[in-house]
Amino acid sequence: MSRKVAPLLVFGWGNPSRGDDALGPLLVEQLADRAQAQLPAGRLECLTDFQLQVEHALDLVGRERVLFVDAAIGLQTPFAVSTVLPAPVAGFTTHALAPEALLQVYRDLERTEPPPCTLLAIRAHRFELGEAPGERALADLALALAWAMEWARLPEEISA
Amino acid sequence: MTEPTRPLETAADPQGQRRIVIDPVSRVEGHGKVTLLLDDDNRIQQVRLHIVEFRGFEQFIVGRPYWEVPVMVQRLCGICPVSHHLAATKALDRVVGGWPVPEAADQIRRLMHHGQIVQSHALHFFHLSSPDLLFGFDADVAQRNIVGVAMAHPEAARQGVMLRKFGQEVIRITAGKRVHGTGSVPGGMNRAVDPAERDVLRAQLPQVLAWAEAAVDLAERLHTGLPTHLAGFAETPAAMMSLVGPGGAMEFYDGTLRVREADGRIAVDGFEDQRYRELIGEGVKPWTYMKFPYRLTLGPEAGWYRVGPLARLQNCDFIPTPRAEARRQAFVAAHGGRPVHAVLATHWARMIELLHGVEVVADLLDDPAILGGPLIATGERQRSGVGIIEAPRGTLIHEYEVGDDDLVTRCNLIVSTTHNNQAMNEAVRSVALQYLDGQTITEPLLNHIEVAIRAYDPCLSCATHALGQMPLAVTLRNARGEVLDHVHRSSRGDTVRGTRPHSAEAAL
Repeated sequence: MSRKVAPLLVFGWGNPSRGDDALGPLLVEQLADRAQAQLPAGRLECLTDFQLQVEHALDLVGRERVLFVDAAIGLQTPFAVSTVLPAPVAGFTTHALAPEALLQVYRDLERTEPPPCTLLAIRAHRFELGEAPGERALADLALALAWAMEWARLPEEISA
Repeated sequence: MTEPTRPLETAADPQGQRRIVIDPVSRVEGHGKVTLLLDDDNRIQQVRLHIVEFRGFEQFIVGRPYWEVPVMVQRLCGICPVSHHLAATKALDRVVGGWPVPEAADQIRRLMHHGQIVQSHALHFFHLSSPDLLFGFDADVAQRNIVGVAMAHPEAARQGVMLRKFGQEVIRITAGKRVHGTGSVPGGMNRAVDPAERDVLRAQLPQVLAWAEAAVDLAERLHTGLPTHLAGFAETPAAMMSLVGPGGAMEFYDGTLRVREADGRIAVDGFEDQRYRELIGEGVKPWTYMKFPYRLTLGPEAGWYRVGPLARLQNCDFIPTPRAEARRQAFVAAHGGRPVHAVLATHWARMIELLHGVEVVADLLDDPAILGGPLIATGERQRSGVGIIEAPRGTLIHEYEVGDDDLVTRCNLIVSTTHNNQAMNEAVRSVALQYLDGQTITEPLLNHIEVAIRAYDPCLSCATHALGQMPLAVTLRNARGEVLDHVHRSSRGDTVRGTRPHSAEAAL
């Protein structure tokens, strides 16, 4: 039985208990609030999880465009946008999966190319247990959120 | 005759040895690293596996209201949050005087827990382990993941994903959400299973059972097809500990503790979970935050043991579901009835457990008790409680003390990876003894060490998930601290050689 899926998917991941690692889920939550008021119903679906995992490949099925959101260390800018392409990425533990590997899983399981996927990486600094995201990270999050809203409004994919 | 347990630290003078550090950095902090200490002849003398796991989490819990704990502890791990959710609530059942919980709550929790076993085991086998067995340890890294499996065995890869999805749906209809469910509460459950949701899953069972059987077939075929020189890969004789149910049945949710010696003799049986501290001590070492559990009667050096699928399968006398029991008997027969300590046999055992998990889910979905009835038990308040379950990777212990103000005053957690701490060290040591020589960090060495660790799939529980980290880094130092060799393995599998040591080595 197939269900009608929203053409746009925003998927953020991270541990909400580990400081700036919460940026991905936080952005998705805030985007969902705004989208409810500003986008047609059923246009956008928002999902979060602790980690990216193989079964999330199934969440991509039937989408027009997908936006991945994660915290990132080592960024020189508040956020960075890039196109994600399928790639065979080696795994070491079940506790993490790269977005490129997820798209490769999609390609191999579905026997077709995944929808256009964009990665929104938000600058992160601190990952202490039990802490909320820092002020700098939240400021960067606000900028990234504005970009994500534009991504959600546009009919065509934004190139990195 | 019992195999002697081997002390982890065999080096008489660790200060005078070279060091190799293997640092599988998953994310920022929740990483592990392996230190191989060499002697002057470049031979392995000692292994130290560092897993920075849930450092600080116990203190994080202290001072919190007890009713928050079952939800909070799910943030320990994004892979098996349900295991922590249930272990915590089982411990707090005692605190609120709600143990035993009503039948409906007990059955719903069991359903949730076996869904967890199914989803985690499916992920482990299809994502991490079967590629090693399918392609060999020295295959290109691009092949040694699910992508490689998908290319070579397209249906198996899909079945792995669908099995995991099924397990997660079981969790969702019992816990309320796929992630961070709130269904289990001290004293019972706060929700029953919706009949319509139950029916959706029940309709999938014939297919799911067939997939689970096929998974055991694949694991068995891969294991029995291993070349002779790999059949005993990383073999580490060890005592085995797990919960067992009545009559010695395999039991994941609630039972008594049993310890079996490495030669198969039962050493401890029927040990009540609330008294675990009379059975297990927790050693510490200056070079790691992880504790080293040991049997008190044998002491820290000789008292280590293994938990997890390979231990559980051999610790029980039988599996109380017919398909998995037949597979257990085949496993035992294939090894001539002798205890099995070869690390790669873990994968076969894990798939038998997955099949058992699906069978239990099938039975419970047919049980009308999961649809309703009394869900909460109350009774006389207690100051403390212990909750022990068998999580996918092995025995998981939660213990709490709670004050009159409802705030947690003490928390002690022993997770599966901690129980297996020394067993993992021994497995890596066994591999390194065979494959490391000289001053070069080779790809085959890294691959073999990864395979040994991967069999345990150590929980990098509090790992954060920011982008930008190298998954693997290796540093070789001489006795004077000089870097002899250093290798980064990128997330794409590229290997970059340099001379910059990994900062984690400063902890040595």
